[in-house]
This record gives sequence, C-alpha cells and structure tokens, in this order.
Amino acid sequence: MNDGKLLEVDVGVGGISTSVRPRELGDDLHSETMVVNLGPAHPATHGTIRIVAELSGEKIVDADIDVGYLHRGFEKMCETVDYNQVMPYTDRLNYVSPAINNFGWCLTIEKLLEIEVPKRAQYIRVILSEISRVADHLTCLGASAMELGAFTVMLYMMEAREDLWDLIEEVTGARLTVSYGRVGGVKDDITPGFADRAKAAFKKVRDHLSNCDRLLTRNRIFIDRMCDVAVISAEEAINSSLTGPMLRGSGVKHDLRKSFPYSSYEEFEFDVPVGTKGDNYDRFLVRFAEMEESLKICEQALAKLPEGPIAVSDPHVTLVPKDEVYNSIDGMINHFELVMYGVKPPKGSVYNAIEGANGELGFYVVSDGTGKPYRAHVRSPSFIHMGAMRKMILGANISDIVPTFGMINMIGGECDR
Amino acid sequence: MVQLKGTSSELLEVLQKECGEILQDGVVELGSVVVSVDPGNLTKLLTSCKNSQILAFNLLSDITAVDWMDHRDERFEVVYQLLSLSKLWRLTVKVPVSESKPEVPSVVSLWGGANFLEREVWDMFGIRFVGHPDLRRILMYEEFVGYPLRKDYPVQAKQPRIPLRAPEVENTARRMIRPDLVTIRSKTKSSPAQGARPEK
Repeated sequence: MNDGKLLEVDVGVGGISTSVRPRELGDDLHSETMVVNLGPAHPATHGTIRIVAELSGEKIVDADIDVGYLHRGFEKMCETVDYNQVMPYTDRLNYVSPAINNFGWCLTIEKLLEIEVPKRAQYIRVILSEISRVADHLTCLGASAMELGAFTVMLYMMEAREDLWDLIEEVTGARLTVSYGRVGGVKDDITPGFADRAKAAFKKVRDHLSNCDRLLTRNRIFIDRMCDVAVISAEEAINSSLTGPMLRGSGVKHDLRKSFPYSSYEEFEFDVPVGTKGDNYDRFLVRFAEMEESLKICEQALAKLPEGPIAVSDPHVTLVPKDEVYNSIDGMINHFELVMYGVKPPKGSVYNAIEGANGELGFYVVSDGTGKPYRAHVRSPSFIHMGAMRKMILGANISDIVPTFGMINMIGGECDR
Repeated sequence: MVQLKGTSSELLEVLQKECGEILQDGVVELGSVVVSVDPGNLTKLLTSCKNSQILAFNLLSDITAVDWMDHRDERFEVVYQLLSLSKLWRLTVKVPVSESKPEVPSVVSLWGGANFLEREVWDMFGIRFVGHPDLRRILMYEEFVGYPLRKDYPVQAKQPRIPLRAPEVENTARRMIRPDLVTIRSKTKSSPAQGARPEK
C-alpha cells in the first residue's frame, strides 16, 4: 500500500504531529501504528505518571514508562537534616500508609545503633503498621475498582478507610502525615480505650469488605477486565525484582514479615496469601486476603499488648523526661545535645528492609558518625514495579493499562521520592 | 534484631569458597555480609551469586551509589543488595568506582529489575552502566545539568530554564521514534512551531 515510503503527517495541535509510521502487520488488517501519550495527568492514572504507548489498533506493541514527575529530592534532603527530622519526609513517601515508612526508617537507624526498642513499642508499631496496610490496600482496590466502573465499591472502601484513619488519628494526631515513629520507639502511647474502638472499627471494616467482596469478586465485568491480564510468571516476577503483593500474586510465598521477622512479627499467627497465575485478578485476591490477615494481626497484638515503656531510655537516642531536664544538669546536657545535634549512630552503612504495603521497603543509610545521614537511599517498591510494567502491558489492549496500573498501585511519592 | 536463617558467617564461608579469588574484602557488618569487588570482576561475582546452587541469590533488591568525595581515593561506590528467596540470606556487594572513569558493567542481562535501578544511579550520580540497553535519565528530565546526588551538587542549585518541548513524544521515548519512518513538518514551512527544539 505504502511501499515503505515515508508517510507525511499533517500538523496536529501545537504545530507538530505525533509520529505515525506505516508497518506491515501479521495479524488482521494492514494498519499503521500510532503513539499515544497517557498522562502525566490522566483521569485513569491516579498519580502523575506518563505512559507512551505505541498502538496497533488497540494492541500495545511498545511502551515507555516515564516516571519522576513527583521527584522532590528525598535523598538529598535527608543529607541536610538529622535522623529524627527525616521522619516527616518518610511520611511523604507512601502517603497512603505513612506509619510503615516511619517504622522502616526507625528500624534502619536502630540497626545502625544496635538497639532494640521495648516490646510495647514493637507491638504498637505492628498495630499501626497493619492498620496502615489495610488502609493502603483499601485505597488501591477502591481506586482500581472505580476506574473499572465500580464506583460503589470505592465509596464503601473509602468509608472503611475512614474508620481506620480515625484510629490512626486518635493515636498519632494526624490522618495522613503521621510522623509517629521515633528512633528508639514511638512518639506516644496508644490512647486509653483504643482496643475497644479498634474492635468496633474492625467490625465495620469487615462488613464493608464483605460487601465489596460480593460486589467485585464474582462480578462478570470485573473478572473480564482483570483475569488473564498482565500475566507475569513467578520466574519473571523474581527476575524483575517484584516484591510484596505483586510477587505473591505470581505464587511466590515470600513475605518479609515471615522470612526476616522484625518488630516481633514472629509472635503473631497469620497466613501469607499467594496467587496462582500472576494476573491482575490474582493480585487483587492477594490484597483482599491480606487485609483480613492484617486485621487478625492487629487483634492479636491488641490482645497481648505488653506493659512497659514505649521507647528506649538511652539519653543519646530519645529525649529524657522533662523533670530530669529541669532538675538535673545531666538531663539538661543530654536534652541539649540531642536537640542540637541529634542521634549520632556510629560510622557504618546498613541496609534494612521491611514489608511495606506494596512490597519490600528498604532503606540504605550511610553514617559518618555525625548527627546527619551521610547518604540515605530508599528502595521503593513502586519504582521497581513500574520498571516491570512495560513487560506486563506489551501485547495487551490499551484498556488493560488501567487495571494493571491499578494493581501495581504506584504511589507517586514513593516511586519518585 | 533480624535473624538470618542461614547465618552470616555461613554465607561468608560459602562465598569465600565459591569466588574467594575475586573478592577484595568480606566482612560481617551489623549482621549482614558485605563484600567488595573490582568493577572488572563484578559481572563474574554476580553471575556466580545468581547461578550457584548454594548461594542462589535470585532477587536483586536494590542498586544504589554513595559519593565519597574527599573521603576516599575511589570517589564512588556502587552498592548492590542481593536476596535469596530460597536460602533467605542477603548480601551487600560494594564496587568502588573512580571519578575519572565512572563506569561499571550493567547487570540488566542477569536481572531485568536492574533496568530502572541502574538508570536511577546514572541519573543521580552520573555513573555509566556499560551494556545497559536504554541508559537515560529517569527521575530528572533530559535537559537537567549535573548529577543531583553528588556531594558537590549544591542543595539549592538552580537549573537553567529549558525551552518548551515539542514534539513531546520525541524527548523521553526517544527509542520509540524511528526517524527514518517519520517526518515532521510544520504547516507554514518558514516558521517552525514555537518553542520547538532546534534541529540537530
């Protein structure tokens, strides 16, 4: 038809067209491929991300994933503040489950300091982490369901998340940017009567979840959009460094809470749900099942919450009590030192990873012995999952980008840092 | 603290046996095994780490770099974090890289997950990964000047303004554009689209 000649393209909007090239295609009709630009601000991508897809008809023959629109220089900023001042920055990594990021950072610095926080603080961390994890999965599934047309599910899930965020707000004082972790413990003890309110909230969450389960899991439209879409085998998933629900969706039973237990996770009984095929539907099921497991962990932790301090009592790590500051010279000096110069871990470097809501959330921190990190790096699961997205959407339809992107659950703050 | 199922000293022993001749240094630091290797031997070490039945490091967790400006002879250090899902042990591999020749071999052929990670290190530190299929900036934009995570890049540095980009697709998805198949012409030939990048 075209004899391989150049195809001259008329000028589009803004004076320049996108590229169009003629191409012989083996399948169906002779057609041309077309490059479309999805994002960075698109109603179906919750987050600023650009996907440049080359289409043959509706089929994606090539794609380019462009991330970085929310880059704020987290790692550079960390080098300018002391270890506890990094806490608000970590809130803004995965801002749907900020408590997990806080504790990930704290655990890394504690590993550097070679200290272990008291049992009660560990349990409080577990409770807050798991509540955040449920909130994260609710957001992920709710937003994805909405993008596939199930708006009711989104509203139910947001309502459930609201109940959980009320709990988080009660303990931390904030809904989104909690800054609740502290090197050596947590900021505050949980409030009196928290366990009862948590019980009531969990009941409501479970009701909403069972509603959503009935609305989604056997819904024909939902299954058609999710099943056998963006299949990634276990080998490919491991090769692409996928972790968390993405890896478990492909059938690999790996959860850092089980394989490298931290914060006393070994003391709780919970299952690690895994998928079979590695398609979007499996990832959906894994996330759905994980919410119930997280609620179970929370209930166990609340039931056997030990008494005791909520932070280590090392004056070089945590602030000394106020009466000591005002009544003793040692207390005053320690207080002053900590406020002015911060926690000073010994020289060295450490990598520590925890199970974030999206996967392995790792921090690599290099200390030069001063109060500020010499280098801080986040291994963010979203970023690495976005690296595997091209492979997942090649050969799929353009409409499959939406559920795939939803199930990757890219959080802009975490991906771009 | 974190308990490794296979202990660190066990892992270090196996490593010394499997590829002891190329290891520069091997220590247990804060419970995790840290080894150093020359850039030249990196591919060899990582290949045997991945393919060895005993070591079985099948998952590449992370790649990052540290700028040791004025602290060490070799200015940069590329740091790899490996994880074995079957043995449940972790390994940190550090590679010193000189400032005059900031190059390390790419490991994308071993782990597909290295693609974005290596692009990030290139973007932030300007360390070139030789053999990477598509090494371009990832978090920053193409026109960004300098490497922001180097220690000599000031925190408050200002960047030059860049002209409006058009056509948009050409900039970041460069690989997808086949110049031999595409011509772009503006309607009025004398005045190119405003803000378009000058032709090279």
